[in-house]
Amino acid sequence: MESNPKENIIEEVTNKDYEFGFVTDIETDFIPKGLNEDIIRLISKKKEEPDWLLDFRLKAFRHWQTLKMPTWAHLTIPPIDFQDIIYYAAPKQRKAKSLDEVDPELLATFDKLGISLDEQKKLSGVAVDAVMDSTSVKTTFQETLSKHGIIFMSFSEAVKQHPDLVKKYLGKVVPYTDNFFAALNSAVFSDGSFCYVPKGVRCPIELSTYFRINAANTGQFERTLIVADEGAYVSYMEGCTAPQRDENQLHAAIVEIISEKDAEVKYSTVQNWYPGDKDGKGGIYNFVTKRGICRGDNAKISWTQVETGSAITWKYPSCILKGDNTVAEFYSVAVTNNYQQADTGTKMIHIGKNSRSTIISKGISAGHSQNGYRGLVKVVPEASNCRNFSQCDSLLLGDQCGAHTWPYVECGNDSSILEHEATTSKISEDQLFYCNQRGIPTEKAIGLIVNGYAKDVLNKLPMEFAVEAQKLLSITLEGSVG
Amino acid sequence: MLLNIKNLHVSIGGKEILKGFNLGVNEGEIHAIMGPNGTGKSTWAAAVTGREGYEITEGEIWYKGQNIVGMPPEERANLGIFLSFQYPVEIPGVSMQNFMRTAVNSKREYQGLPPMSMIDFTKMMKQKQAMVEITEKLQNRYVNVGFSGGEKKKNEIFQMAMLEPDLSILDETDSGLDIDALRIVANGVNQLHNEHNAFVVITHYQRLLDYIVPDFVHVMYDGRIVKSGDKKLALELEEKGYEWVKELNL
Repeated sequence: MESNPKENIIEEVTNKDYEFGFVTDIETDFIPKGLNEDIIRLISKKKEEPDWLLDFRLKAFRHWQTLKMPTWAHLTIPPIDFQDIIYYAAPKQRKAKSLDEVDPELLATFDKLGISLDEQKKLSGVAVDAVMDSTSVKTTFQETLSKHGIIFMSFSEAVKQHPDLVKKYLGKVVPYTDNFFAALNSAVFSDGSFCYVPKGVRCPIELSTYFRINAANTGQFERTLIVADEGAYVSYMEGCTAPQRDENQLHAAIVEIISEKDAEVKYSTVQNWYPGDKDGKGGIYNFVTKRGICRGDNAKISWTQVETGSAITWKYPSCILKGDNTVAEFYSVAVTNNYQQADTGTKMIHIGKNSRSTIISKGISAGHSQNGYRGLVKVVPEASNCRNFSQCDSLLLGDQCGAHTWPYVECGNDSSILEHEATTSKISEDQLFYCNQRGIPTEKAIGLIVNGYAKDVLNKLPMEFAVEAQKLLSITLEGSVG
Repeated sequence: MLLNIKNLHVSIGGKEILKGFNLGVNEGEIHAIMGPNGTGKSTWAAAVTGREGYEITEGEIWYKGQNIVGMPPEERANLGIFLSFQYPVEIPGVSMQNFMRTAVNSKREYQGLPPMSMIDFTKMMKQKQAMVEITEKLQNRYVNVGFSGGEKKKNEIFQMAMLEPDLSILDETDSGLDIDALRIVANGVNQLHNEHNAFVVITHYQRLLDYIVPDFVHVMYDGRIVKSGDKKLALELEEKGYEWVKELNL
């Protein structure tokens, strides 16, 4: 009988606040506050971009000016002054080729976050692209990857080295016209990761991007583009943290995934942006557009997310199942505590025949928080024999919080089968007393029960992430039951 | 004396259920509490183990030399009080291994001991499982989820064996058990029983007492013990029925 490291992690967790709230003291290159065409030209110039990309940005900006911020979500968002934000901030140093060239202060920061950029020390074999504020600091394992023809680098690098690929795929899944925040991101996005796995290649290591907001009064607008060409496979992870600050900071990212014929992309996130303090002061506004397309037949995409951070989350990682026999999955655990708000879910758009999708959403609300699942399953009339299974569970801790579910279903034909299950539960007194009677204190018992509740989703995460996620769940709920 | 309960009065939601309950239990003894439904047997178990919502309005519960009224339930558990539940609770997604390891290490932490190593824990789990004849793999099954009635009760005795309590209260562990499961449960108890620990067995039926032989039998009615005796009292009760108890109370 072997010990399972995914378990027993809870006992290691002691009383902790937000652990990543520190600020790195590093010289930063800022541009002036505010948003106009000159600012966009300046960002583009700083990044030495080709004209077509500047043109893309300007079109997006002009479109954004015609839009209003969406109000349909079940969120109370204080007014945001988009002219009061700095749209570009970068640690003052050039992208390093070797580790010796990286500012030691930056290395120390990522070390403190548990992200080692030193390949020699890295045991787990995960390639990391580390992004601080608006730029990528370092991407590890470049050589190993290029042997397989895999491109994994910062978005800015990719624009320079592989402009044709970027141009071919940029904005194809999330056009800049998609929504208010997507238009904003398309206008001002600074950096992010680009990944291309060529035909028939199985990426031998996990890829991951780690996003860190450091500078004050800035927004982070990164862009991630992942392409798996025919028959390719890649597993990709994303992590994020930010310093503890009293004012709110905006994070509006875009992630686009393209899975071609017979390809598979697994995307996992542990979102741990600073959630604000116990009274709801400060925290990140996380307004993110994530979407993938299963473009060719038999393509597969799966999203797994563990959401514990951010003051406000507005995020719906979605899939367009365009090819026949395509498969899409969405596994989500969203935890809100104190005054956090989350409106999150997914859209599954079935266009190909025999396409199948699965949605497992587990919401956990505590404190005064509001936690909502919003989902759409749509089957177009031509998409015959489609299947969807949705399960949306809510767990409530205490009686001051809210859990909401808005599942939308549009089925255009008779041959498809759509199933939806939903439950709302509370941690029962019986369960807590049972644990107490076995000597387990209440805080620990809640950690056990909540991790058990979220197990179906946690099991989908890569091992490195699963351990992290379990710890996070327990920490986020510390003190939520009196 | 291991447990000494003096004039215990307990109310639930303002309604008095226990009305002056007295009981003394020494190390090495087995006591049986019998009585008809609704006389307060389970309320007594809940009050001793510290369940919330059971208001102690009067009286004392002395355990190992301290009055434990007001002590949190996990602390009482860590001091060696164990309850085998009448209706064991399901905890989905939490494996028995994880659950028991958390419980065992909570107790060790309370005692100032380091956590048990995975190897020792695994060995212990295997050994105690054998004691209650749980042959299938238990470690990866979720706590009581999908367990049959008999399995749930065997699982309670298994947990008792793992935690090695000084005072074990079995709340109608025999209800709903077939004769084979009953024998296994009783065997477990008899193996665990020694001169340092004590058992209080709550039951409706004399049947269990053929397997777990009590030193004392107490008959409960309307919130207090109305008659105490040795094991012959259980047989007398079986013969005369609970109507007899009502007369005793009058």
